[in-house]
Amino acid sequence: MSALISVDNLRKNYGAVTALCGISFDVEVSELTAIIGPSGCGKSTLLRCLNGLELFDGGSVRIGEITLDRNNGLSPRDFNARLRQLREEAGMVFQSFNLFPHLTALENATLAPMVVKKIDRKAAEPKARELLKKVGLGDRMDYYPSQLSGGQQQRAAIARALAMEPKVMLYDEPTSALDPSLVGEVLSIMRKLDDEGMTQIVVTHEMRFAREVADKILVLSDGELIESDSPDVIFTSPRDERTRNFLRSFL
Amino acid sequence: MKNLKATEPQSHRELSGRVKSFPFLALCLCGSVAFLLLHLFAFADAQEASPLRWGGDAEGGAPYLLPNPKNPREIIGFEIDLMNAIGKQLNRKSVFVQNQWDGLIPGLQRGNYDLAVNGIEITDDRKQQVNFSIPYYVCGEQLSVRVGENAINSLADLKGKIAGTLKASLAQRILEREGGMEIRSYENQNNAYDDLAIGRLDAVLMDWPIAVYYAKPNPKLKFTGPSIERMEYGIAVRKEDAELLKQVNDALLALVKSGELRRIYEKWGIWNAETDQLFAKFSSASQPGQVYEEFTQNITKKLTWRERLERYKSYLPPLLLIGAPMTLLISILGMAVAIVIGLMVALIYLYAPQPLSWLARAYVELFRGTPLLIQLYLIFYGLPNIGIRLSPLVAAVVGLGLNYAAYEAENYRAGIEAIPRGQMEAALSLGMTRAQSLRYVIVPQAMRLVIPPVTNDFIALFKDSSIVSVITMVELTKVYGQLASTYYDYIGVGVMTAAIYFLMGLPFVRLARWAEKRLATDQRVAVTAKKRWLGVGAKPAEG
Ligand SMILES: Nc1ncnc2c1ncn2[C@@H]1O[C@H](COP(=O)(O)OP(=O)(O)O)[C@@H](O)[C@H]1O
Ligand SMILES: [Mg+2]
Repeated sequence: MSALISVDNLRKNYGAVTALCGISFDVEVSELTAIIGPSGCGKSTLLRCLNGLELFDGGSVRIGEITLDRNNGLSPRDFNARLRQLREEAGMVFQSFNLFPHLTALENATLAPMVVKKIDRKAAEPKARELLKKVGLGDRMDYYPSQLSGGQQQRAAIARALAMEPKVMLYDEPTSALDPSLVGEVLSIMRKLDDEGMTQIVVTHEMRFAREVADKILVLSDGELIESDSPDVIFTSPRDERTRNFLRSFL
Repeated sequence: MKNLKATEPQSHRELSGRVKSFPFLALCLCGSVAFLLLHLFAFADAQEASPLRWGGDAEGGAPYLLPNPKNPREIIGFEIDLMNAIGKQLNRKSVFVQNQWDGLIPGLQRGNYDLAVNGIEITDDRKQQVNFSIPYYVCGEQLSVRVGENAINSLADLKGKIAGTLKASLAQRILEREGGMEIRSYENQNNAYDDLAIGRLDAVLMDWPIAVYYAKPNPKLKFTGPSIERMEYGIAVRKEDAELLKQVNDALLALVKSGELRRIYEKWGIWNAETDQLFAKFSSASQPGQVYEEFTQNITKKLTWRERLERYKSYLPPLLLIGAPMTLLISILGMAVAIVIGLMVALIYLYAPQPLSWLARAYVELFRGTPLLIQLYLIFYGLPNIGIRLSPLVAAVVGLGLNYAAYEAENYRAGIEAIPRGQMEAALSLGMTRAQSLRYVIVPQAMRLVIPPVTNDFIALFKDSSIVSVITMVELTKVYGQLASTYYDYIGVGVMTAAIYFLMGLPFVRLARWAEKRLATDQRVAVTAKKRWLGVGAKPAEG
């Protein structure tokens, strides 16, 4: 059986800057993959290419049945439809939460199912409530984002993404904007999802979390995938000099 | 001469309070040297030396006063000839002073000139404000229709039809008295006859000389029925200038006797039976003094405070029942159009591909950069040329709406651009299309950001709606103009009208504040939420 996600020779330039130069890797169902690397190495760019928020210059991305590649000869209309299909497969969680401030936590989690999947409110709400309960916001459903703490907002954002029933969850430094005391509650949600078998890709600087939970760790440096291995190998005997230097800064 | 005119308004404002009774002083403010010399000279021999300054409105048109088509800087008209003749009789140089027709009598009272002459009908209302000379011309109102029209032969045939006339004229009052028709009043006879020719009106009633000049030569129009009622034009003189009034009357009688006045009217093609009869009466009067007295004994009885209050009360029904609702209707519909089109223009500008977004930009610049008044004229009087004939109400709403849409588009653009990029990304990442993201995520947030500027614009539009009176809409400002010019009470009616605008605008300001507060829940409770974490323990207000 082939992998759930496969990224093949992905390339991306910003003008003269090469953000990604030929990245390839696979992700199996139920795996948690951690992406680490120094700031500016292309982690966010990689994640955003995975759900089509960033268009890449070469290579391809496949999630489940949906493949996106640069030279596919699709009309702009079909291409956009393909992008949306890809996004439906991948839930995205941002560093700055990006909850919709004019909607309550519950409305944040029901909007996309109602608008994109055309599910009516009666069906969407129980599902959203269940997800909010799962992320520990059972008593905050009707709060607006500004009435929630950072940790609560990020958990609501996770529930919002889960409500679309994605095949994979993508997180871009989900705890970097949080007070240290609030980091744990977000990480524990991701742990819980991992236990339930959710496929997840996490860009993170939480090395302990990566080491304990990840099935696989990708190390990026200057747009290059320099190492890809199990946490044990990466944290105890990394092969690449650059990985060693990077990890040393966390000691 | 030119110099004198330029300094006029200011000098008169200063004068009117203090030394109104010395009209020649107006001249004196031209320069300090001239001031002293003239002042001394004037005391010595005031009347003969000073020119005879009289006010009229050259926009009124033929045959009264109009710019000479061959040399627009020169004003001609039968009233110019009349006043030159009177000037010659009095041994004073006749000097024409341009003044808006509506404001001729106020201008006279402020001392801008000493006589007002411009087809001013002698009425009891006006006689309370000023004295009138003996009539210098008599005529009736003439009904005009399109050439093919045979059903309209009298006022009675106008039931259920649309009749046009000049604003605040005798003809308008006649039409109002007749009733049963829709009346549209115009600033300008050309517009009225044009609208008659293209079928926007069924008939036009106007002073006979105007009809002779503007309807008769038009091959699409014809006169119908005899001339209606009778009105006498008089020369208006300030109440306190009794001596001048007598001189003007004597001069007029002399001109009637010598036949010169008749020659003037014949030259202008407006000699008529009514004036003939009037002049015959003047000539047969054994003593000119009798006629003179007949027309000058109408000294105003001063209004008591009670009568004045009664009169103010009588202004209320037309202002509140006719003017205010129409202003409200135009404003609300206009704003609705502006908001919808403005949002569309903003979205096209921000998200549509090149040529379209360029057009949206051009729309904004064009409608913001040109006067609303001209846009209204183009829509109402210009579009019929290409076959688009809008009713006054539709034209007013479309004109205000299109103009304000440009401002709303800018509000929305700024509002949308102020929403963080992450909002669009979050919406897209959930699988929404760009249009869905705008509709459910971006625009609702932008809406509350733009509530304050949009409210401001609504208040501005509300007041700007007064401008649509130029396309024959009868709204609050038009009713104000009609009342003010009927009663020559610009202050009383003006203050009342301003108060009505103000009071009608207030609820909208309140409503907007309330909406802003309600919609900004996320911001408002941020404070309470913060307090809660700090252990102050406020409960969030909203669920
Ligand atoms: N929108 C952009 N325009 C130009 N350069 C960009 C843009 N986004 C990212 N980059 C560049 O691409 C590289 C990778 O950035 P990013 O993926 O954000 O790194 P990371 O998330 O690992 O910190 C950096 O050199 C960054 O400056
Ligand atoms: Mg990043």
